[in-house]
Amino acid sequence: MGEEKGKKKIKLAFYWAATCGGCDVATLDIEEKILDVVSIADIVLWPVAMDFKYKDLEAMAPKSIDVCVWNGACRLSEHEELAKLLREKSKVLIAYGACAAFGGIPGLANVSNKEEIFKIVYQDTATTVNPDFVTPQEELVTDGGDKLTLPEFWNTVKSLDQVVDVDYYVPGCPPQLDTNLAMVGALANFVATGELPPKGAIIGASDKCLCEECPRKREEGKMIERIYRPYELKEVDPEKCLLDQGLLCMGIATRGGCGAKCPSVNMSCRGCYGPSSQVRDHGAAFLSALASILGKKTETEMIGEGTAEEVKELLDQVKDPLGTFYRFSLPISMLKRVQLKEKKG
Amino acid sequence: MATEKKEFEPLIVGITCNWCTYAAADLAGTSRLKYPPNIRLIRVMCSSRINPAFILYALSRGADGVFIGGCHPGECHYIDGNYKALRRIELLRRMLDQFGIEPERLRLEWCSAAEGAKFAQVVTDFTNKLKELGPSPLRSQ
Amino acid sequence: MDRLKSIFKKKEGPKPPVGETKPPVAEEKKPKEVTIAPKTGTVWTEEKPKAAPAGAQKEIVINPITRLEGHGKISIFLNDKGDVREAYFQVPELRGFERFCIGRPVEEVPRIVPRICGVCPWPHHMAATKAVDAVFKAEPPEAAKKLREMLYCAHYMHSHQLHFYALAAPDFVPGPTAPAAERNVVGLIGKVGVELGLEVIKHRGYAQKIQQMLGGRATHPVGGLPGGWSKALSPEERDQVEEMAKKLLDFSKKTVDIFDSVVLKNKDYVDIILGDTYYHETYYMGCVDKNNKVNFYEGMVKVVAPDGTEYAKFEGKDYLKHIGEHVEPWSYLKFPYLKGVGWKGLVDGKGSGIYRVNTLARLNVANGMATPLAQAAYETMYKTFGKKPVHHTLAYHWARVIENLYAAERCLELIQDPEITSKDIRADVGEPGEGVGYVEACRGSLFHHYWADENGMAKKLNILVATGHNNGAICMSVKKAAQSLIHNWKVDPGILNMVEMAFRAYDPCYACATHTLPGKMPLEVDIFDSKGKIYKRLER
Repeated sequence: MGEEKGKKKIKLAFYWAATCGGCDVATLDIEEKILDVVSIADIVLWPVAMDFKYKDLEAMAPKSIDVCVWNGACRLSEHEELAKLLREKSKVLIAYGACAAFGGIPGLANVSNKEEIFKIVYQDTATTVNPDFVTPQEELVTDGGDKLTLPEFWNTVKSLDQVVDVDYYVPGCPPQLDTNLAMVGALANFVATGELPPKGAIIGASDKCLCEECPRKREEGKMIERIYRPYELKEVDPEKCLLDQGLLCMGIATRGGCGAKCPSVNMSCRGCYGPSSQVRDHGAAFLSALASILGKKTETEMIGEGTAEEVKELLDQVKDPLGTFYRFSLPISMLKRVQLKEKKG
Repeated sequence: MATEKKEFEPLIVGITCNWCTYAAADLAGTSRLKYPPNIRLIRVMCSSRINPAFILYALSRGADGVFIGGCHPGECHYIDGNYKALRRIELLRRMLDQFGIEPERLRLEWCSAAEGAKFAQVVTDFTNKLKELGPSPLRSQ
Repeated sequence: MDRLKSIFKKKEGPKPPVGETKPPVAEEKKPKEVTIAPKTGTVWTEEKPKAAPAGAQKEIVINPITRLEGHGKISIFLNDKGDVREAYFQVPELRGFERFCIGRPVEEVPRIVPRICGVCPWPHHMAATKAVDAVFKAEPPEAAKKLREMLYCAHYMHSHQLHFYALAAPDFVPGPTAPAAERNVVGLIGKVGVELGLEVIKHRGYAQKIQQMLGGRATHPVGGLPGGWSKALSPEERDQVEEMAKKLLDFSKKTVDIFDSVVLKNKDYVDIILGDTYYHETYYMGCVDKNNKVNFYEGMVKVVAPDGTEYAKFEGKDYLKHIGEHVEPWSYLKFPYLKGVGWKGLVDGKGSGIYRVNTLARLNVANGMATPLAQAAYETMYKTFGKKPVHHTLAYHWARVIENLYAAERCLELIQDPEITSKDIRADVGEPGEGVGYVEACRGSLFHHYWADENGMAKKLNILVATGHNNGAICMSVKKAAQSLIHNWKVDPGILNMVEMAFRAYDPCYACATHTLPGKMPLEVDIFDSKGKIYKRLER
């Protein structure tokens, strides 16, 4: 803290959009190394923690911020405004966390739109008492003549790179310890040598799927006949692959780098580290792989299961393809969002 | 899309396996069997080559329907590729329903190399069904 | 080390040892008569005009507010005399969990809803898990409940300690009107020494490790299943947790001592706490066990009236009978209120349905704490105020360190329970239906209510989030602070921070990121003239 290393400190900025705050908390899990960060960087923007005004940001010179770490998806007009502003002011923009990189859990709102969400939140929910269906307004003048504004709520949630150009991605919900240490290392290296990773790099994660990291043992050539919902399997073998045991585990289609924390407590992966670079669509990759190993017989015994009816029973066990395969990555999927039926005509 | 006067012509992307359905399409051609020109055919070596992402890509780029053709079960040139294709397509169909895309827009047919007439007939049927369904909801994007 | 000793020993009024010698201002004892002398070291030096330009009302917009979760906005409107006529606390955030969880398998919802809040994901995971317990009519075995409560107490320690040291403490060290540049954790560590900073980091790390052991990760845990938990605690893990829990207990005791020496021994701070600016008489809601003591994980919902009488006591699943949510068009966040009393607007008193939750509220509704050290601290607090319930908003900070101590004692108690390593942690599940999960989140009462169809897919949800219950009270607190502090067109950076303190005590969690670092809220105040041009800008 305040240590002079003979090198100029970089200017570091943090910003958040449609976020839960978990990314900021996860950063603190690097524990005392946070002090190392403060020793190499001047934090010039951090709404949660530091003196920050939108006007100050606007007054900064273009590219005067060295690195901006952005977490959160974009779903309000304000997020887009700040994204564009920060892109202009920053040399390097990092999409930090699953929400910024892929859309994340808020991206699941792409199953719906503003009208539906407002109706549920402000009218239909069990405790809401709102007979006149008052809803938040983007612009409003109160009875007292006061003008108030709120940012616009979009129909569709976007990842950061669907709004502005992004330099690096740090995946995870939230990014786990090793991933964060890798990011701190990259920052430190940048300060020491001026070098940056190649543009578009994913920092702190592997390009191999989670299975490479996961200590559980897999059975070669196993077909899965029965899929269990997590509460249906009371005894989970701590050594064997979860997918082999019939628990849907997205690890086969998800980047490694997290240390397989969820499988370590007998819970299967849900894909928060996102797709690897080999895959264009996270959900499609998992769908394809799962369908390949789903079956009553081994590969050489499949004769006789050649119709949709015959496989129906198998596939009925997959309860919620969209919500499971695209849990964290709906906005960056090829279809991006659900097509809602028009109310009129 | 101001096409009130003209009848809607669906755009169909067809991905068919080299050994069976693509050959059937060839046969339909050499037999001078008519079928609507809405389908654009892509040849792959096996129906199991088809990554569900291809189908999603076609739909996201505005295809009104996607037609997948493979060998009959038990006749796959690579033994069991079509079984995988079947599961993938069926699972994808269920997911498309969740996405608000009518499951009927994805059609899977087994056509052997000798079934030129069947190929023409199913493609005609698919085209007509898509005309009824109307343009894909993704067209407006 | 000297600085550290001076904090730990109970010296009178520890002034920051380096540099700053100005005492914090003893602010308002009565409203509307406060003048705030400019402090040396503050940024504001320009002389303020006496009269504003003739014309329409003035509008002060604070955007964004900071040092609390998320994006919030305060809009203050002045009347012709330059006093505050109206103030709005707007929450410009909404994501729609109650919509997009529909169609998901209901047992997956506990893995989705922690993302409502990344600082308090465990409350959401626990409430959701208890809700799916109820949906599937699966009563977890005792060992599973103890395991869940033990992990939950570890989470409480992380959350309360982070808030106290990172957010609250800089208001006291260096002080509420210290220069903005120092009013954050870096400044705090500068004053009290790196050692204390490292201790905070280390102990928070213990709490995180305990959570990780069985939750997979501390932020956004997994492991909650209908009827139990996914993994049992091994004897080796038990020993590790016990060791960390003991250290956490020591640190929690120290934290109470620090609060005492830094805040309570400082007369100026005590005056601020006891003053009228941060004071509201509202109903209070919290959770009590069968002995009427505070419990975070399980118990009855209890509500007391502003005069301390019991207003209601009910099971979590009956919350619908008592709580309604009101909507205003200027905020995305709804306003819960007591249906039996009614929505009367943003006002105090027994006639208004507004109620408060969170640390002070929990202590107000209960008869005491279930563990001895926390109970002693509880008694000290109520003796100091002389009556119950305590309505002074800044006492939330005090209640928070008491709860932290209880969490530490309770965590140690549970880890030493022989049943904690039992492997019987899964119950059978029944047919899916409807269920409510109620817990006390660190920031207040939390209700998750799910309806599942016959296939166990979620078809409807209702989620009442902790900070949401405080929405009405926070709006009132901010408006009252603004009205108390801003007069005759006088606005300065010190005032702005004092307005901030009005909501910071509630430890709000609109986005939950504030807990990561302490900081000051940068505020920018624009004063517009009647033509809408910027007349003056005040910045900190």
